[in-house]
Amino acid sequence: MVQAVSTNRVEAGSPFPRAIREALYAGAISFGLFVLLVGLKTDQNIRNELIIVQRWGLLAIFVVLTMIGRFIHVAFVGPALEERKRMKGKAVPVIAAEPSYLRKNLINLSIVGLFLYPVAIVLLFGFQGSLKWVDNFGIQILIYVMLAWGLNIVVGLAGLLDLGYVAFYAVGAYSYALLGTEFGWSFWILLPAAGAMAAFWGVILGFPVLRLRGDYLAIVTLAFGEIIRLVLINWREVTNGSAGISGIPKVSFFGLISFNVSDDNYIAKVFDIAQSGAYYKIFLYYLILLLALLTAFVTIRLRRMPVGRAWEALREDEIACRSLGINTTTTKLTAFATGAMFGGFAGSFFAARQGFVSPESFIFLESAIILAIVVLGGMGSLPGIAVAALVMIGGTEILREMQFLKMIFGPDFTPELYRMLLFGMAMVIVMIWKPRGFVGSREPTAFLHKRKAVAGSFTKEGHG
Amino acid sequence: MEYFVQQLVNGLTLGSIYGLIAIGYTMVYGIIGMINFAHGDIFMIGSFVALIVFLVLTAVFYSLPVVLFLLIMMIVAMLTTSLYNWTIEKVAYRPLRGSFRLAPLITAIGMSIVLSNFVQVTQGPRNKPIPPMISKVYDIFGISISQKQIVIVVVTVALLAIFWYLVNKTALGRAQRACEQDRKMAALLGIDVDRTISITFIMGASLAAVAGTLYLMYYGVVVFSDGFVPGVKAFTAAVLGGIGSIPGAVLGGLMIGFIESMWSAYFSIDYKDVAAFSILAIVLIFLPSGILGRPEVEKV
Repeated sequence: MVQAVSTNRVEAGSPFPRAIREALYAGAISFGLFVLLVGLKTDQNIRNELIIVQRWGLLAIFVVLTMIGRFIHVAFVGPALEERKRMKGKAVPVIAAEPSYLRKNLINLSIVGLFLYPVAIVLLFGFQGSLKWVDNFGIQILIYVMLAWGLNIVVGLAGLLDLGYVAFYAVGAYSYALLGTEFGWSFWILLPAAGAMAAFWGVILGFPVLRLRGDYLAIVTLAFGEIIRLVLINWREVTNGSAGISGIPKVSFFGLISFNVSDDNYIAKVFDIAQSGAYYKIFLYYLILLLALLTAFVTIRLRRMPVGRAWEALREDEIACRSLGINTTTTKLTAFATGAMFGGFAGSFFAARQGFVSPESFIFLESAIILAIVVLGGMGSLPGIAVAALVMIGGTEILREMQFLKMIFGPDFTPELYRMLLFGMAMVIVMIWKPRGFVGSREPTAFLHKRKAVAGSFTKEGHG
Repeated sequence: MEYFVQQLVNGLTLGSIYGLIAIGYTMVYGIIGMINFAHGDIFMIGSFVALIVFLVLTAVFYSLPVVLFLLIMMIVAMLTTSLYNWTIEKVAYRPLRGSFRLAPLITAIGMSIVLSNFVQVTQGPRNKPIPPMISKVYDIFGISISQKQIVIVVVTVALLAIFWYLVNKTALGRAQRACEQDRKMAALLGIDVDRTISITFIMGASLAAVAGTLYLMYYGVVVFSDGFVPGVKAFTAAVLGGIGSIPGAVLGGLMIGFIESMWSAYFSIDYKDVAAFSILAIVLIFLPSGILGRPEVEKV
C-alpha cells in the first residue's frame, strides 16, 4: 500500500535490490504511521480511567505486511504491468468474435434469475431458513441497487455530484412513516406521494445550487443532506427526534391480501397455509425488485428522450451545452427531481420494510456508500452499478456470516467492525486503479462517429 | 453586555481551532484545486495521537509542567499527522492528478471513511475522556476566561505568525505561491512541483494536529467520528473567507466561531450545526468567492 520514494531511473536487470530498498522504506513509514495508533491502545479500566495497552506484536504484523506488500508490488507487479503495456503496443487487433448466446442475453437471464431467486432459496432452506437470504441479501442489496440507480440519474447521466442524496431517501421514508401512522393511508397511495414529495424537495434544494459546479455543488448538497437530518433529530414534535417513528403499517397486496396476522384477509387464512413471516419478506423482495426495475426502465427510456440526451450533453460539457441553446436550468432541475423521486420511492419502501425509521439511518455515510456504488460500478452504467452494489453490500453482509474468522483471529474478533474500513479502502483502490469504475462507464448515447483527437494543450487539466 | 462579551471570548476560542483546520483546506485547494475531504479526519488523528501521548506521559512521568506536556503532545501529533497526510497524498491523490475532475474528491471521501474507521477499529468506538489538564479560570470584570482559552489563542497566534513567515518570506513559500498561480510555469522555472505539493499537505496536517491537540485539551474528550463536523465547519470557514486565501481562512474560522457561540447563546443549541451548514450553503450560493477570495473567471 505505502508507496515510498519512487525512483525514475530505468533499472535494467533484477528488480530485487530496488524492491528490498523500497520495502525497507515502506516499513519505516508504516512504523511511523502505526506506532502510536496500533502499537498502543487506549482502553478503560474498572475505574473508568483511560489506560494504555501495549500491542507491539500487532504493530510488527502491520509493518511486516506492509513491507511484504511493497516488496511484491515493486518486484513482481510493477514489472508485470510494464511487460503488459509493452505487449499491448505490439498486439495485433483481434477481430471481435460473435458473442455467445449467454453473453448476448446476460442481462435478461440475470433478471429471470432474480425473479427465481426466492423460489430457489425457499426450496433449498424452507420458509423459515429463507428469511435471512431473502431479507439480508436480497432486499438489502436491491434497496441499494435502486438508490444507486436513482443517484445515477443525477451523477452518472447529468454529471452533478450529489453528496446529499440520502436526504431524499429520508424525505420518502418520513413521508410514508408520518402519513401512514397518522392517517393510516395505504402504501399504494403514499408511494407516489412520497415520490412526489421527494421530487418536490429535489427541486427546492436543486434550485439554489444551479449556478454551482463540480465540487462546490457536492459540498452544498452535503450541507443540505445534513440540515435535513439535523431537522429530523431536533423537530421533536413532528418527527419524535432521534427516538424515531415506530409501528409503521405493513404493505398489503393492493388491499386484497394482508400480511398482518390479526387481519381477516391474512395471507395464511386466505390460502389456508401455515403462518410464516417469510411470506411478507418474499412479497417485499418482489416489490423492491419491481421498483428497481422500474427505475432502470425509466432511466433507459429517458436516455433516449431529448431530456436524457441533454443530461448527457450537460455532463460532457456545460459550456458547449449552453452555447447550443439547451436550457441548463430545467435540465438540471429535472435530473434532480427524477433522481430524488426514485430516492423517495426507495425511502417509503425502506420505512415499510423496517416498520421503524429514525434519523440514524440517514447519515452522511449512507450518501457516501450510495455514491461509492455509483462510482465504482462506472458512472452511467446500469449493469455495472448493480454489480457494484452486489459486491459491496453483499460483501459486507457476508462479513457477518464469516464466523470461521473467529477461529483464526480469536473469539473477540468481530468481522462487522471492518465493514466500513474495507468499504473505504475499496473506494480508494478502485479510484486509483480504474478511475472510470470497474465495469466501465457509459459513453454518451449520441455522438459524432468520426472522432477527432484533441491535442493535450487544448484540454485543461482537471476539467476532463 | 457581559454575556455578549463572554460569548465573544468563547467564539474566539472556537474560531481559533476552526481557523487552524481551515488553513489546511484552503492551501490544498489553492494549490491543486481539490477539496481534501479527509482533512477533518487528519485533525481527528492529531487529537487521538495527542491523547495517546498524554496517557503515555502521565504513565511514565508523574509530574511535568503542563507546558512541556502540551508541547510534546503537539510535536508528536504534528509529526504523525504530517506522515499520514504525506503518505495519503502520495498513495491516494498523486496518481489521480490530471484524472477527471471528481476523482480526487471521491478518493478523498473514501480516505476519510478509511481513516475514521481505522481509528475505530484500532482504538475502539467509545468516547475517550481525559482528566482536565488546566482548570484555572480568571474572572475579569465579570467575564470568566479560562486558562485553556488563553493557551488556545496564544498558540494559534504564535503558529500563525510562524506560518505567515514561512509562506511570505521564504523560498518555500514563494514556490508554493508560484505553484498556486500556474503549476506548469512553476515547473518550467525549476520548481519541484511534487515536492511543493507534498510540503503543502505536511503544513496543513501540522496545523490540523495542533488544532486537534487544542481541541482535546479544551473539551477533554475525543471519539473516532470527531473529524466530520469540525471538518465541515472548518471547510465552511475556508469558503467563507475565500478559498485559496490564507488570511481568509483565519477570518472565516473566527467568524464561524463567533456565529456558532452567538447562535448557541441566543437561539438554540440544538440547531447550532444547522446554522453552520446553512451558512456554508448560503455562502457557496451567493458569495462563492468568499470575503477575501478572488472571483473565479470561467474560461472557455
